[in-house]
Amino acid sequence: MEMVKVTVDNQQVEVPKGSTILEAAKKVGIKIPTLCYHEDLDVKAMCRICVVEVVGARTLQAACSQPVSDGMVIITNSPAVRRARKINLELLLSNHPQDCLNCVRNQRCELQSLADQLGVQQQRFRPKTKTKSPRDESTAALIRDPEKCILCRRCVEVCHQVQSVGAISPANRGIDTEIAPAGGVDLNDVACVQCGQCSLVCPVGAIYEQDHTERVWSALADSSKHVVVQTAPAIRVSIGEEFGLEPGQVSTGKLVAALRRLGFARVFDTDFTADLTIIEEGHELLERLNKGGTLPMITSCSPGWIKFIEHFYPEYLAHLSTCKSPQQMFGALAKTYYAEKTGIDPKDIYVVSIMPCTAKKYECGRPEMTDSGYADVDAALTTRELAKMIRLAGIDFASLPEEEYDAPLGISTGAAVIFGASGGVMEAALRTVYEVVTEETLASVDFKAVRGLEGIKEAEVDLKGTKVKVAVANGLGNARKLMDLIKEGKADYQFIEIMCCPGGCIGGGGQPIPTTNAIREKRIKAIYDADLGLPLRKSHENPAVKTLYEEFLKKPLGEKSHHLLHTDYTKRGKYPEAANR
Amino acid sequence: MTIYRSHVLVCGGTPCVLKGARTLKDLLLKEIERYQLSDEIRVVETGCLGPCDDGPVLIVYPEGAMYSKLKPTDILKIVEHHLLKGRIVEELVFRERKSSAGALQGSAVPLEQEKYLSLQKRVVLRNCGRINPDSIDEYIANNGYLALGQAVTTLTSDQVVKIVADSKLQGRGGAGFPTGLKWSFTAKTTSDQKYIICNADEGEPGTFKDRLIMEGDPHGIIEGMAIAGYAVGASQGIIYIRGEYGLSIERMKNAIKQATDYGLLGKKILGTEFNFEIDVRSGAGAYVCGEETALIESLEGNRGEPRVKPPFPGIAGLWGKPTIVNNVETLANIAPIILNGPEWFRSIGTENCPGTKVFTMLGDINNQGLVEVPMGITLREIVYEVGGGIPGGRGFKMAQTGGTSGGCLPSEFLDMPMDYDTLSKVGSALGSGAMLIIDDTHCIVDVLKSFMKFFCHESCGKCTPCREGTTRLYEIVLALSEGTATDTEIQLLKELSGAMQLSALCGLGQSAPNSLLTCLNFFADEFQAHLNGQCPSGICKNLTIESEAV
Repeated sequence: MEMVKVTVDNQQVEVPKGSTILEAAKKVGIKIPTLCYHEDLDVKAMCRICVVEVVGARTLQAACSQPVSDGMVIITNSPAVRRARKINLELLLSNHPQDCLNCVRNQRCELQSLADQLGVQQQRFRPKTKTKSPRDESTAALIRDPEKCILCRRCVEVCHQVQSVGAISPANRGIDTEIAPAGGVDLNDVACVQCGQCSLVCPVGAIYEQDHTERVWSALADSSKHVVVQTAPAIRVSIGEEFGLEPGQVSTGKLVAALRRLGFARVFDTDFTADLTIIEEGHELLERLNKGGTLPMITSCSPGWIKFIEHFYPEYLAHLSTCKSPQQMFGALAKTYYAEKTGIDPKDIYVVSIMPCTAKKYECGRPEMTDSGYADVDAALTTRELAKMIRLAGIDFASLPEEEYDAPLGISTGAAVIFGASGGVMEAALRTVYEVVTEETLASVDFKAVRGLEGIKEAEVDLKGTKVKVAVANGLGNARKLMDLIKEGKADYQFIEIMCCPGGCIGGGGQPIPTTNAIREKRIKAIYDADLGLPLRKSHENPAVKTLYEEFLKKPLGEKSHHLLHTDYTKRGKYPEAANR
Repeated sequence: MTIYRSHVLVCGGTPCVLKGARTLKDLLLKEIERYQLSDEIRVVETGCLGPCDDGPVLIVYPEGAMYSKLKPTDILKIVEHHLLKGRIVEELVFRERKSSAGALQGSAVPLEQEKYLSLQKRVVLRNCGRINPDSIDEYIANNGYLALGQAVTTLTSDQVVKIVADSKLQGRGGAGFPTGLKWSFTAKTTSDQKYIICNADEGEPGTFKDRLIMEGDPHGIIEGMAIAGYAVGASQGIIYIRGEYGLSIERMKNAIKQATDYGLLGKKILGTEFNFEIDVRSGAGAYVCGEETALIESLEGNRGEPRVKPPFPGIAGLWGKPTIVNNVETLANIAPIILNGPEWFRSIGTENCPGTKVFTMLGDINNQGLVEVPMGITLREIVYEVGGGIPGGRGFKMAQTGGTSGGCLPSEFLDMPMDYDTLSKVGSALGSGAMLIIDDTHCIVDVLKSFMKFFCHESCGKCTPCREGTTRLYEIVLALSEGTATDTEIQLLKELSGAMQLSALCGLGQSAPNSLLTCLNFFADEFQAHLNGQCPSGICKNLTIESEAV
């Protein structure tokens, strides 16, 4: 690698050619303040907070975008630099509501931290007089607040470049610029998949999830309600970050303990229905393979992905597995099987799910998700919302003991845990399908080819002579690539796993902020650590699932399964006003 | 070929057309026919003749008599007396006006001897107002396409780049970047496709030179683009014309068609291996799209916003390909430079800034309109000689050079040479060549209010300092004019202006405070007066005039 020598604040440093000033400064221990910059997204260099002096240049340069050149002399802390940074920050603050105390991001706000760091102590510009568009609460999952928006466009970048959805873009010009759905309509009236990746990258409180905590507190306080909770596989490897633990730690036991202390009657695990999904979906795949059904079959666990295909590839809905997501299978069973088993009237059962996801809020409100006769899932909290509840209850998360999930809906295997990472559903399915088809025990259950952050992964499995070619995509931009291959007739896969969010659920839109690719890697590692630590690692070995079939469902793809665990989809199209409602 | 005894050149520039030049031309033709003079007198619609404010204008040759401010009855007189009887209609002849009296003076000297023209040097406007812009034959008859022919048949691409570099031609769009250097970067790149973009998105208030150059001599631009294409290895040219410029679009399209029909554009130009085609695209009226990367975004169908540089367009521009973006006036200079050589070009203007500059003069000045003068001419010469001084003999207060993004220069700079280097040293800019003259009846705060309002309106909204800063600049200037500004706000105004100049993403935000900062510097007393609740000019409504306050 070609190296160049530069001087940053009188310190000589050698960095690879093409490095930015930001990177070079970091190497000598200087953290240049940034705002619109995000390590996983394209550089926009718009906020002008990271400006520095480059000797010989007429103007200040944005450290995030300016590549260094050999012999460059950089000053990151001159009076001109400090003045410009501060003025630019004051400009942003002057057009931003001064009500931090009432903000969802209070004390977790990049703008607030910068104001502190850059020493802003008074508002020198006049109070703003112009109002922006009203808050948009039209979608089930997300709230947009244009007043809070500082126009860094990270959300636009993630929505267009990473997710290839393009639901929001800059509208109007100059001081009237807002980030909004095109044509001045509500978010619910465009093809937004409600994945919430925008809320993960937002530095302030301009996009965030619909709050379900209040309804959960109410249910918990209602003595007539039997409130059960399910936790998605990806929560156990991320919740700790909300309480200062290093990313990549597995906090399953503490998570269970915290939920129990919050007052949930039973603490169950979505992993149980993840195992169940594998049985149902595995059999569905085998049936399609044997009976000439629509192939490739594509997974259906990810509600953002489901909404994406409904909007952008509505003619390919037959490729989707008809299996509901584990969240919804859980809800349907909690209010039928579990109700029967415990003799509790299903109308009194209140199902809360803890999800790494904002789209789950949308999913549980879909009109078809009422097969139990009630709303199958009553509330879907993000990881962040759960953390908020734990903080409010004064629970010291880090010092909680490790506790176990409740039976029977809390029993699961390692195959279910890995649902939380991209490739996990595929790997879990292969573990089961292989053994069901070949009637042989797998020598190694690890299908490493489908693991990791890479956008599209492929593998081929030999099922005793039958070769099955599979693909895995994470992030909707990659999903689009796979769908286009299918469209062009160039995809010779039999089975595809698609997860809406980069990295899968561990990188979901409801996860702790920040969620970066570096943090995603750590959570992925934790997911596979958790899998390794479990005695059972194949879904078909889950004893509680076996009992479920014996006592209730009878057989995979049977009549009860069909009624409770499978669903169908809606063609929405790109301009969905009517279809979305 | 018919020999005509007289040629009547009717100005077909937009200002004159808007004032009814086309109707007058029809009347003229009808009258000429009525007197049965059609075989003796030829009427030609040309590009801009210069004195836009005095339009409609026409010139009768061989006498060189320019008639201005024409009405239909004047046409009848001109045909009857001048064209039929050979007597110049003295009372209609355009006169250089003097500021002292403010009235018409002087006798009917030939046009060329008027100061208005004698100080001008026409390189870019060589054909403007002399030929029919819709006729490629007239362009060719004036050495048109000779430079392209010489370049593609006798010079290598490198030699062409070198000639342009040796001429020291600087970009005429505003920033003054050396054209030859710009070309050399792109010439060195290897790519399956390169582009030459002619930036004709002229949006600087008070600037209309590019419009009049396109309307007056469209082939000059086409030839410049083709030579640029040959020099850097591009086969596709695009002219990005401001959408409001209907006549420019029409004339450019016509000229492209003619050049294509003649084989001067297209494949294997003049029998060589050089291919070059040109498309016309029109903008939708955003000022910022004059910034080259915003222009490219707009061409790609995106929101018109500047890109982060580097990479510069010369390396990765339109569709990621190496792209030269040159201003209309820059390209119009190319053919003469190739024909006459770099030494010739350097002999005009100043040592560091050779060549001519086309200015559009406007505001409180007698001869409003289009002029071309050598670089380095003084402000005084422009205002009082070429421009004919200030109406009513009023005092000169300041000149804003370079359009709304330029700085404001008070009278102590009247003897300063007008070129890129000198102007940037005093916080102003030669910019696009707009020259706004403001007399002593105006209030500086009031003038700045309209400048600042303009930037609020034209900021694209991408970067913080420009999006938020332009509004704040306006807010404080407005407060000054209303008597509600405070001392600390003036301090803040300076600090904000400095931060914008240093940290805005593109030239728009960087230059938005230029006029303000120069005025704060040169007219500090007037700002102080406003802080004290007084408007010395009596313009700002809420404030008192100084004398009354005492």
